[in-house]
Amino acid sequence: MSKVEFCGMTLAHPVINGSGTFDALAARRAFGDVLDEEFPFAAFVSKTITLHPREGNPPPRLWEASAGLINSIGLPNRGLDGYLAEDLPALARWLPVPLITNVMGSTAAEISELVRACDVRHEIAAIELNVSCPNVQTGLDIGADPRQLEAVVRAVRPNTRKPLIVKLTPNTADVAACARAAQEGGADAVSLINSLRAMALVPRTVGRKPSYFPVAPEEEVDEHERDRGAVNPTGRWLGGGTGGLSGPVIRTVALAQVAAAAAHVEIPVIGMGGVQCAAHAQDLLDVGATLVAVGTENFREPLVGARIARGLATGSA
Amino acid sequence: MDTTIERTRASPRRRLLTVTANEPLGAYHLLRVADPDGPRPDPGQFAMLAAAERWGGGEDERPYLARAFSLARVQDGEAHYLLEDVGPGTRRLCELRPGEGLLVLGPLGRGFSPPRENRRALLVGGGVGIAPLAILQDTLTAAAVASTILLGFRDGAHAAGAALLSGAILATDDGSVGHAGRVTDLLAAELERDGHAVVYACGPAPMLEAVRALCAARETPAQLALEAGMACGFGACYGCVVPARSGGYLRVCVDGPVLDAATLDYVDTHAGAPA
Repeated sequence: MSKVEFCGMTLAHPVINGSGTFDALAARRAFGDVLDEEFPFAAFVSKTITLHPREGNPPPRLWEASAGLINSIGLPNRGLDGYLAEDLPALARWLPVPLITNVMGSTAAEISELVRACDVRHEIAAIELNVSCPNVQTGLDIGADPRQLEAVVRAVRPNTRKPLIVKLTPNTADVAACARAAQEGGADAVSLINSLRAMALVPRTVGRKPSYFPVAPEEEVDEHERDRGAVNPTGRWLGGGTGGLSGPVIRTVALAQVAAAAAHVEIPVIGMGGVQCAAHAQDLLDVGATLVAVGTENFREPLVGARIARGLATGSA
Repeated sequence: MDTTIERTRASPRRRLLTVTANEPLGAYHLLRVADPDGPRPDPGQFAMLAAAERWGGGEDERPYLARAFSLARVQDGEAHYLLEDVGPGTRRLCELRPGEGLLVLGPLGRGFSPPRENRRALLVGGGVGIAPLAILQDTLTAAAVASTILLGFRDGAHAAGAALLSGAILATDDGSVGHAGRVTDLLAAELERDGHAVVYACGPAPMLEAVRALCAARETPAQLALEAGMACGFGACYGCVVPARSGGYLRVCVDGPVLDAATLDYVDTHAGAPA
C-alpha cells in the first residue's frame, strides 16, 4: 500500500474516519484486541471534544433517510478534562495509528483553551477544529462566514505547533471561500464535508405501519411519557429538532464541494461524504483531496476503511 | 457502567452467511442462517443484519442501514432470528429465500446474566421480543435452572409465535388465546405466588416499563433486553441511547441490550424498533 505524507505525518494509506463515526474505545470493547491488527484507518479522528461535558441530545437521535441517515446526536462527550484524563491514555495504550483530536468551542478563546490543552499531549498527532458551532454573539455557525472563520483560525493558530485541520461546514453559501479563509487564518489542512442540515417529521402512522423508528401509536402512549414531553409535540422527529444528513445521498454534493475547496487552497484537503468503496474514494482524490475519510459507511461495515484502502492500492473498486 | 462483564465478542469483519430456511411462524418469520464457524452468542446478544443483495430500493429508497435482531436460537450450526415485517428493512429480510446471502455483524452487546441466590427464572416476552427468551430458555434448561415462561401477544396470529419456546403461559390483548389481557397481569400473579425470582424480559417499551415498575415495587431483580433503532451496533453512532437513572444516557448497543432494570428510571417509549 502506498504511504501518504500529510502535514508532516507519514500515513500507511490515505483512508481515515470522519469525526464521530467510529468510537475506537467502544469498538475495542465490542471486537477485542483483534482490532489492533485490523485497524481500518491510517489515522484515527476522535469524536468532537468540548470544554465541558455534554450528555448529547434527547432521543430520538436517528432517522433513516433515502440512501442516508439524519443524525442529531448532539456531541456527547466527557469534556476536555475527562477526555485528557481517561480516553486519551486508554487510546494511547493500543491505538496503532496517529490520533487526530477533534475539538469544538463557541468562541476563539474557548477553542484556544482546547487547542492549548491538546498541544501539550504527546498522544495527539494533530488537531481538527469543528467549526459547525454557533458563535455565541452572532448565532451564526463560526465556519459559515469566511471572515469570521478566518478571524477565529488566526486567533487559535498560535496555540499549537501541531497540525491544525479545519473541518468546514457545508451549510454555507460558498465553501471554497471558507476553505480559503481557513488557509489564510493559518490552517494546515481543511476537511469536508460535514453533514448537511436536515429534518424529518414524526411519521403519520394512521392506517399504516410506522416508519424506521416508529413512535408508539397514540393510544399506547403512557400518560407519564406524554407529560414528560417524550412524544414530540412539535411534530419534529429528532429530539434535537434538526440533524445532519450523511451517507450515499450526499456523495455528489461532497464531490462538488471538495473539488471547489481543493481548487482554491494550496494546503491539503481531506475529502469525505458518502464514500462506500474505493471508486468513491478515488473520485475525491481525483478532484484534489490528499486523504479520504469514511463516515456513515463505518456504521454498516466496521472494516470498510481497510477494504477501501486495499481497493485504492490495487485499483479495484 | 461496569464494562468488565464478560461478553462473547464478534469479529469486526462483517460476515456473508447463507440463508438455509425462512418459515412463517404465525405472524412472524423464523429466519435460519448457516453459521457453523461463528462465535457462540450469549443469550440476549444481537446481530446487525442486512440482505447481501437488494438492500435498498424499497419504500423511500430504503433500507440503508443494517437492522439489529436478537439471536433467537443457535442450533445445529445455524443461527435463528425472529422477524416481523414492519418496514422496508424487515420486509426485505422476510423475503429472503434459502441460498440467498445475509451480511451479519455479531454477536454484539451484553446478554443476560444467570440467576443468583437460587432465584427461579421468570421469562417475560411480548411480541417479536420473545426471540432472546428462546435462547435463554435453552441455556437455562441446559443448566437445569427452573424457569417459567410468560408471553404476551396482540392476537392469536401473533401468539402462534409462542411455539418458539416450550411450555409458555400466554396472554393476548384480544383474548383469543390464553389470558385476556396483558402479560404483566401474569407476571404480577407469579410474583405474588413466589417472589424469590429474577425476571428476564424483552418486548415493546410499554411492556418493559410495566415489568420494570412491577419488579421495582417488589424489589425483584430484573434484566430488561431493550430494543432501539441503531445505526451501527458497536458503539460508534450514539443513536440508540436511553436515559440512565444515574443521569446521562446509556447506549443500548454496548451498555446493553440487556440492562439491569435498576439502572433505569423508566423505559423510554422512544427506544423504538428497527423497521
